[in-house]
Amino acid sequence: MARYLLRRFLTLLGILFAISVGAFLLVHLLPGDPTVTILGPNDTAHNRAVLMAQLGLNQPLWHQYLTWMSNVLQGNLGQSFVTHQSVSSALSHAFPIDLELIIMSQVIALVIAIPLALASARRPNGHLDRASTTASFALLALPPFILVVLLVLIFSVHFHVFPGPSSYVPLSQNVVSNLHSLALPAIVLALGSVVIYFRVLRADLIATLQEEFITVARSKGLSDRYIMWRHALRPSSISLLASAGLNISSLVAGAFVVEFLLAIPGLGFELVNSIQQVDYLMVQGIALFVAVVVVVLNFILDFLFSVIDPRIARD
Amino acid sequence: MTQGGIEVDLDVERFPVAGFGAAPLLVVDDLHTTFTTPRGPLRAVDGVSFSLGHNETLGIVGESGSGKTVLSRSIMSLLPRADVEQTGSVVFDGREMVGAPAKELRALWGAKIAMVFQDPMAALNPVVRIGRQITESLRLHLDLDRREATAQALSLLGQVGIASPEIRIRSYPHQLSGGMRQRVMIAIALACSPRLLLADEPTTGLDVTVQAQILDLLVEMQAERNMAVILVTHDLGVVATRADRIAVMYAGRIVEIAATERIFGDTAMPYTRALLESTPRISNASHTRLAAIDGRPPDLSVPITGCAFSERCPSATERCGIEAPPLTSARDDPTHLFACWNPLPGALRVRSASKGASS
Repeated sequence: MARYLLRRFLTLLGILFAISVGAFLLVHLLPGDPTVTILGPNDTAHNRAVLMAQLGLNQPLWHQYLTWMSNVLQGNLGQSFVTHQSVSSALSHAFPIDLELIIMSQVIALVIAIPLALASARRPNGHLDRASTTASFALLALPPFILVVLLVLIFSVHFHVFPGPSSYVPLSQNVVSNLHSLALPAIVLALGSVVIYFRVLRADLIATLQEEFITVARSKGLSDRYIMWRHALRPSSISLLASAGLNISSLVAGAFVVEFLLAIPGLGFELVNSIQQVDYLMVQGIALFVAVVVVVLNFILDFLFSVIDPRIARD
Repeated sequence: MTQGGIEVDLDVERFPVAGFGAAPLLVVDDLHTTFTTPRGPLRAVDGVSFSLGHNETLGIVGESGSGKTVLSRSIMSLLPRADVEQTGSVVFDGREMVGAPAKELRALWGAKIAMVFQDPMAALNPVVRIGRQITESLRLHLDLDRREATAQALSLLGQVGIASPEIRIRSYPHQLSGGMRQRVMIAIALACSPRLLLADEPTTGLDVTVQAQILDLLVEMQAERNMAVILVTHDLGVVATRADRIAVMYAGRIVEIAATERIFGDTAMPYTRALLESTPRISNASHTRLAAIDGRPPDLSVPITGCAFSERCPSATERCGIEAPPLTSARDDPTHLFACWNPLPGALRVRSASKGASS
């Protein structure tokens, strides 16, 4: 177990190094000049050069990277060129919003997908199964940026069930209003995950229900419901977990898009603003942070495989 | 006779239960199990009738594909109802099982009728601890609480010969050896002290040395528990010393059924003899070539005319291919039934012989 964790940890370090290089290079490939954002478009070339030197941007790229990295490793992500807010303070304000949004969406997704898959797998090609498979196909064709517009139109504009864009209420201010303000974006994100989780889990459940141990469970006189939840669900959850892992990155991307469209001040919103302002350190910091979060989440999910199925060796 | 409100028309001649008291525990009458397949109906069990006394052990023997596994599941009504058509009657302890509502069946399953399955690795849920796989039926049928059920499970594991049950109860199936898994399977089946235990090839997947241990365990458990056992196997050697009676199946039908010593001593069906001859014996010189039965069992999705074994039978006559022989009893033993026009030496054995068969 210790060796397994150590090996995983070393892999993790390698991945994080690659990500930091990637984030750094990508940002420097961005068109635009930070001095224009800071000094405005009409300043002199001399002033720009002085500012470039002050910011260290006249150094060679590898040097800039090493300076950034050594600061990052000391826990200093730097500060925004534009607002002079420290990157870590921006992260600590924005990240909890994303976390809440993603957790909410995944809870909604699982609460819908698991019972639906259990009910559908019991009677493959039954009415419920056909209806939910068809519906999931339809949802699959709707990316979050269309879905969010659609749902805002229906639920905010038309029925006034949920607040519209720019109506985010912080958790610290009012818990109920906060949940209400995040409900619609969470549903948008959840629908994308529901489709994946439902389809993957349904397929695995149908296969599991053919297993001999299900017949054995029936021969004990256990009820169908008990058999589905206690005997079929867990051995069918491996692909569900794998797809949840694969889904994380697209979920984060989806959250960023939804945040931007609904003006929710999460990381996505911050990131888009920073990119527009060519705010190098902010963009690098957010990109690196998000990558670390995604990698760590995958690391945790990897560990969960052996929890779900004790046969999966950990060494 | 009437049992539990259901009229059971028991024909003693068709359901002889030698020396096991009056009312049988199980009466199977003209049971048919037909699978709907893309190629048409497949008659896996095609008119099986027999009865079983309390405490009796019946061996059901046949080649693969003879329908013995389907028969054992049909007796329990355990086959999924979609794609399976079941007709005839299975009366267990006075209750009709065929067509009974699922709720009634579930009350019997695990509690009164239990099954030991062939492959214990496949039969145990890989992600559920041994303990819960035993306790769940205890809690369901005997209404025990968690602590009582665990204590009972520990005692069961001890009874089936698992060392240090308090450790094993926390194990997952993959942490046990094949023999131990089958012992656990037996503990699961025995948990609620069923009246009837169906064992479907319980030792086929196991090491030869472990096979005998598991079979002896079954016999021992039966003796302790006043329970009837149906032991399904392809291996006559398995049932030779352990069954009171043996039923030989071929192509979904019982072709011969008799007390064990008669099956071995006064074999009537050529198929039974062929099975006996294809069983290896210690008394044979080593490297003796085993007699194999030529040909293959018939395709059950094609309707069979005449005797299903006729094409492979050395003593088949013209009649065998045309007319199916009925199950008739031997002249000197009404409990010995066989379906053959040309039974082995001494047609004398046939009591109620049809015209053509007595010569």
